[in-house]
Amino acid sequence: QISLFRFTVKRPFSTSHSSVDSKEMKKFQLLAHKWWDEEGEYAALHSMNDIRVPFIRDTLLSMSSNYHLGNPLSGIKILDVGCGGGLLSEPLGRLGASVTGIDPVEDNIRTADRHKSFDPVLAKRIEYKSSSLEEIVEESMETFDVIVASEVVEHVADLETFIKCCSQVLKPEGSLFITTINKTQLSYVLGIVVAEKIMGIVPEGTHEWEKFVPPEELERLLESNGFSVKTVNGMLYNPLSGSWSWMESTSLNYAVHAVKSGARAQSHATDTPPQTDVQQHSATAATAG
Amino acid sequence: SSAAMAALRGRALLAPLGARLRAGPRAPLLSSASASAPPLYDVVVSGGGMVGSAMAAVLGHDIHFHDKKIALLEAGPRKDYDHMPDSYSNRVSSISPGSATLLSSCGAWDHVCNLRLKPFRRMQVWDACSEAMIVFEKDDLDDMGYIVENDVIMSALTKQLDAVADRVEVFYRSKAVGYTWPLPSHSCDTSPWVQVELADGRRLQTKLLIGADGHNSVVRKEAEIKNIEHQYDQSAVVATLHLSETTDNNVAWQRFLPTGPIALLPLSDTASSLVWSTSHDHASELLAMDEESFVDSINSAFWSNVNHSDFIDTAGAMLRSAISLLKPSGTAVRQLPPSVAKVDPESRAMFPLGMGHATEYVQHRVALIGDAAHRVHPLAGQGVNLGFGDIACLAHHLSAAAFNGSDLGSLKHLLKFETERQRHNVSLIAATDVLKRLYSTTLAPLVLLRTWGLQATNALPPVKVRISLQLGI
Repeated sequence: QISLFRFTVKRPFSTSHSSVDSKEMKKFQLLAHKWWDEEGEYAALHSMNDIRVPFIRDTLLSMSSNYHLGNPLSGIKILDVGCGGGLLSEPLGRLGASVTGIDPVEDNIRTADRHKSFDPVLAKRIEYKSSSLEEIVEESMETFDVIVASEVVEHVADLETFIKCCSQVLKPEGSLFITTINKTQLSYVLGIVVAEKIMGIVPEGTHEWEKFVPPEELERLLESNGFSVKTVNGMLYNPLSGSWSWMESTSLNYAVHAVKSGARAQSHATDTPPQTDVQQHSATAATAG
Repeated sequence: SSAAMAALRGRALLAPLGARLRAGPRAPLLSSASASAPPLYDVVVSGGGMVGSAMAAVLGHDIHFHDKKIALLEAGPRKDYDHMPDSYSNRVSSISPGSATLLSSCGAWDHVCNLRLKPFRRMQVWDACSEAMIVFEKDDLDDMGYIVENDVIMSALTKQLDAVADRVEVFYRSKAVGYTWPLPSHSCDTSPWVQVELADGRRLQTKLLIGADGHNSVVRKEAEIKNIEHQYDQSAVVATLHLSETTDNNVAWQRFLPTGPIALLPLSDTASSLVWSTSHDHASELLAMDEESFVDSINSAFWSNVNHSDFIDTAGAMLRSAISLLKPSGTAVRQLPPSVAKVDPESRAMFPLGMGHATEYVQHRVALIGDAAHRVHPLAGQGVNLGFGDIACLAHHLSAAAFNGSDLGSLKHLLKFETERQRHNVSLIAATDVLKRLYSTTLAPLVLLRTWGLQATNALPPVKVRISLQLGI
């Protein structure tokens, strides 16, 4: 096995308002070639597809009136932020979506590109770019129908900047899906001590408890940046079976679905929305819930 | 150490999964999706018999496979099933209601019903060495199963494959001569797909290879999957028979002779199909003798009591009286099988019997179904039904995997298929094997055991119901 470790890491912006943390980047660089080993370091992420893909798929189907079950996400443009080796981009691509996967670690993008290249259908539907979220904002204003940020927000340097950028590249009434880890005593014990140090479910040092995000804080940041939070679900990993399931409590892992408000950005905030618009938004909220 | 880490992870899947990602013959270093790369299919089914064709047809009609590419490889030529001869073919199968449902799901059952089939309501199974008998029938007098010629099933499946020709490509006269297995998926430089080489040099690639190529499966051998197999000292003689008189003929008959079971499966009010499992020598004799002697042998096999012994008859009668005291309805009325008048000329044939079971049904990007995975004695009338059951299970898991955007060749869902089917099949195959051996003797103690066993089973509804459920009835 030849792994080319050219450390040409893209230097993040020197200003402090970047969402990319260079320390985090180094961590993932070392494991760039391990993404597609289903029993390797990323095994838990592979099996997370069993619940996060149906979650994304079914939420989007319930919001759409015109789809074919053979190609359920056809016509939908998705941005996969922090796509890593493409573990989530590929299933979404297979379901018909046009996926743009971005990741600041070049080696990850290289791995992802190589892996998709053997499947002509995926090679066409998925595009990978080595980039941070801020770097694509300018050329991608209101471009995407959906953004997925799965197991990412616990690694970013500045969460509010991250959310603002998501809002900028998302079309109005577009969906944002986030999965991440709560900041609780339980998540320290199970998520760091057991998962990393004892059972090796996740490579040691992957997570820093300080950067875990409680759902209340995430919801607050989302709502104050033009998003309406529709769903918050707890997730549970069973290390014995290696599988994920949904649970009521969000004290460990959880998933969020939020929708960007339909009104155009700040310039219209002071206008009184016409009566019909309000009714339309209520209708959308009802069906999207 | 990584071994300790693996142990601590406690995932029972780990060890067998690791062992399944064999390092077989290396896949060639193909550049990614280049123009010269062989065409890539989502699923390739190797073997175009009843089970392989049904697998391709069921996937082709699955909504989640609407945009997928499926290939079916058949070594023989495309047969013309448009003109069914008036005479019955000597190769027939007993189709359970569960199998009929599967064939319905891909639209094939309608064609079968429009061609020809014979429903039966009752199965009577009895011993040549005693009066012991067991009768299966449904309470609501529904059909227990259907006797259908294999050609009729193939005709129906071919029609339904034509109907989804945009998704399913059938390659006739295309024998697969070699398979190249991919390395485990985390090694990025070589093709992750299974490479299939055909006899004429053409090559295909596939994300999932399904082996439906019979009990001498090449897929199974090339995948180095161990097969537990055993040749029985028996051959089956088949023939198309004409009955002495017209009857309702809705009963399937099977009598266990010391040399092997003889079965009469209804084809119409006047015709039945014979499946007689017996020693190789006797089978050759049956094929060689003139038609009159052949018919006499059959009638004698069903009617003669020469194998009875007074001891067994008395012992059997004792148990029957005991049962009728405790459970008045516990002994069934014995119906008499029809007598045979003549045999269709040219319809006699024989083939050797054996038993087989693959230790694994799946590997990374490979799945076995039908006789490639398991081969049974025809005495239970289950052979093709097990294969159809495999299809229903595998199609269910593949459909869900497709709707989840998963890699179709991933062991995760393939192992679920294997676990479910092995659980179902192993007990049935073992039981069939035991029955075959138990009934191959005239030794009094064993005859008594099976006599009492059969009578008791006949009297105990819960056991009979369980057996019926297992057989898909």
